Amino acid sequence: MMAMLGFLSLMLAVGCAAGGLVTLLAGHRLRHDPARAAWGRAAAAGLFAGVTLAVVMMEAALIGFDFSIRYVAANVNRATPLLFRVAGLWGALEGSILLWAWILAALTLLVAVKYRGRHPDLIPSVLTVLFGIALFFVGVMVGPANPFARLPVVPPDGRGLNPLLQNHLLMAIHPPLLYVGYVGLSIPYAFAMGTLLSGQHRDEWMTLTRRWTLVAWTSLTAGLLLGARWSYDVLGWGGYWAWDPVENAAFMPWLVATAFIHSSMVQERRRLLRIWNVSLVILAFLLTIFGTFLTRSGILASVHSFTQSLIGPVFVAFLGLVMVASFLALLARLPQIRDEGGLDSPLSREAMMLLNNVVLLTMAFTIFVGTIFPLIVEAATGAKVTVGPPFFNRLFVPLGIVLLMVMGLGTALRWGRSGAEEMRKLGWLIGITLLTVTALGFAGIRGAGLVALGAVCFVTVAQVGEYVRGALARRAATSESFPVALRSLFALNRQRYYGYLTHLGLAIVITGIVGSQSGRIEVQRQLLVGQAMQVGGYTLRLDGLVALPGADKLVVAAPVAVFSGNSTALAGSPGSPGALDILRPSENFYRQARTPVPTPAVRSTWRQDLYVVLMAFDPAAQSAVLRAVVTPLVSWIWVGGTIMVIAGVLAGWPSHPT
Amino acid sequence: MKRIRLVLAAVIVAGALIYLIVGGIRGAIVYYTTPSELLAQGPSAIGRTMRLGGQVMPGSRRWNAGTLDLRFTLGDGNATVPVIHHGAPPDLFTEGQGAVVEGTLGADGIFTARSIIVKHSEEYRPPPSP
Repeated sequence: MMAMLGFLSLMLAVGCAAGGLVTLLAGHRLRHDPARAAWGRAAAAGLFAGVTLAVVMMEAALIGFDFSIRYVAANVNRATPLLFRVAGLWGALEGSILLWAWILAALTLLVAVKYRGRHPDLIPSVLTVLFGIALFFVGVMVGPANPFARLPVVPPDGRGLNPLLQNHLLMAIHPPLLYVGYVGLSIPYAFAMGTLLSGQHRDEWMTLTRRWTLVAWTSLTAGLLLGARWSYDVLGWGGYWAWDPVENAAFMPWLVATAFIHSSMVQERRRLLRIWNVSLVILAFLLTIFGTFLTRSGILASVHSFTQSLIGPVFVAFLGLVMVASFLALLARLPQIRDEGGLDSPLSREAMMLLNNVVLLTMAFTIFVGTIFPLIVEAATGAKVTVGPPFFNRLFVPLGIVLLMVMGLGTALRWGRSGAEEMRKLGWLIGITLLTVTALGFAGIRGAGLVALGAVCFVTVAQVGEYVRGALARRAATSESFPVALRSLFALNRQRYYGYLTHLGLAIVITGIVGSQSGRIEVQRQLLVGQAMQVGGYTLRLDGLVALPGADKLVVAAPVAVFSGNSTALAGSPGSPGALDILRPSENFYRQARTPVPTPAVRSTWRQDLYVVLMAFDPAAQSAVLRAVVTPLVSWIWVGGTIMVIAGVLAGWPSHPT
Repeated sequence: MKRIRLVLAAVIVAGALIYLIVGGIRGAIVYYTTPSELLAQGPSAIGRTMRLGGQVMPGSRRWNAGTLDLRFTLGDGNATVPVIHHGAPPDLFTEGQGAVVEGTLGADGIFTARSIIVKHSEEYRPPPSP
């Protein structure tokens, strides 16, 4: 029943997407045709209604344990809690595509309604592109990736979600955030393509899509941040980023979107980089499709396992089609969108933004090569190889330092051509940075870490300098007090001043990365109850083993008392006087899993994190194996990342209620 | 003229970056082998970092919780390789199951694993029915 209704609503969505596409394509020659525009809006509404109904049916099936549907039986079982039944929608391939299509349908409808009656020569072309993308996604679902496919025999119970995904609340919201980011990038792409299709515009799409891009970027940032946090909280190795293909797939569009946000400002201000911007937005869109496909197709397990399903080839064909069509359209309109002028001076903000683009794209290209290289080798020679973190780290350390320098310079320099004032500013910046680097050097920091922290300081001073200078100038002009003047800056030019705040957030994140990569201490030991171990200035005492049976899992926890200092005198003493903390690392035995999933316990301070994992335990001997990791400055990553997300939200927030 | 210089500069920068990336990847490739392939390579395999994948042979797992030494044998049906790892076995590690380890083969024929790789794949297989 639900399966049939769901499938029918998908068919409705296919019909609407195809209808919208055909109507608008046919109406392309008859500009300013209100009837066709109304048809387009109706098709967008029908598409959204169809996909929404399909999502509702799927959720009803997941929540109501309709195991006759293969997807439900594969991703949910009777012990799965409600939250993770709802989240089962994005637990595997077919459901993820359904979510993708749903977000896209919502955005399409939003574009159709929001720009109703405005830009009549541009919006129909934009909608045409959006309908085209939507047609692919809903089409895939009535074809090879049908989420409502039935099982011949209804099993009594389902398999349940992968316990690693079910073990943390963040996993319920991390994928939708990433998908909003992914799908959000199809809006600037559709506007860019619409601009090329309509053949009448050059720069309007920049202004129109600015906020859409910011929303997409902010979602991607939040998604990446939550993914890193999930990895830290669940996987039990004490790290947050492993250059795993799944992480890489989300990081590449982020890098390109970040490049685009900067280069689009150059086009808005200076009418430069038009061709570059269209190319960037095409690339970002291609990478979102590639990312969805990479993480969900099974290609990562093996090239061979992936060719067994039809979904892989269909995605590859779509990627190829989008790439060829987009660049052909760009080529055809090249004369129309060519820039008239050029850079006035290399010492300008736009030159630094161009450099920033080169660095960000090199980073994206590095990840791309590192991610697909094993696939190419396997397809060509049959040998299985991996490209490990050393490759990425070796390239990202120097690239990251250059990126920070460019970020500081770009903030300090001005549009067009910098003058004596900017040179003075640079002098100050370099002076303060050199002083800080000297101080850090005396404090015992060496090597790449020192250079990176110097670059972080350069960026931070440049951003803070802009705030101080702006507020002082405003105080002089308006006689507002300094804090009021600072607040007005943010209110008057949100994107600029919240943009600087994102830079500051990133500086904090990078400080956290430098700290956590350089000063990590790890100890692994077996302890009897009452015994203690030392790690990095802490003493940990195992206080017992506790079993807590739950509905869908059995949890075994090992309470560990944490003391400061390397003292063994505390071992064996009853009670916990003077303990800093009691940590409870645990192992979770899920009903459907062969092996347990650990939940590490963390004591987090601004200086360092103490991360304790229960690796193994023996109830008979009353012993446990603990892994304790002390990592400096990890919490800075979460704080800095949160600042970036908040700044992104505020920068994109409408300034005046309209 | 200015245009040619610009294109030239772009080509040089792009070339240098591609050289860096391709050069970097050469040193970072880790080959994946099976026990039979590893033994077929003979002494040339000694000391090279690689990933070894196979089945954890039933009955081969010895774990000394006191010294945290984990010993087991990886096999692929034709050949077996003894493996030693310092540290507790990861949760997804059980006898009879597949495992992938990264490390180097010693001259004594024992593979020293720096890490045991736990795949957190999205595809999740059900437990064998009782």
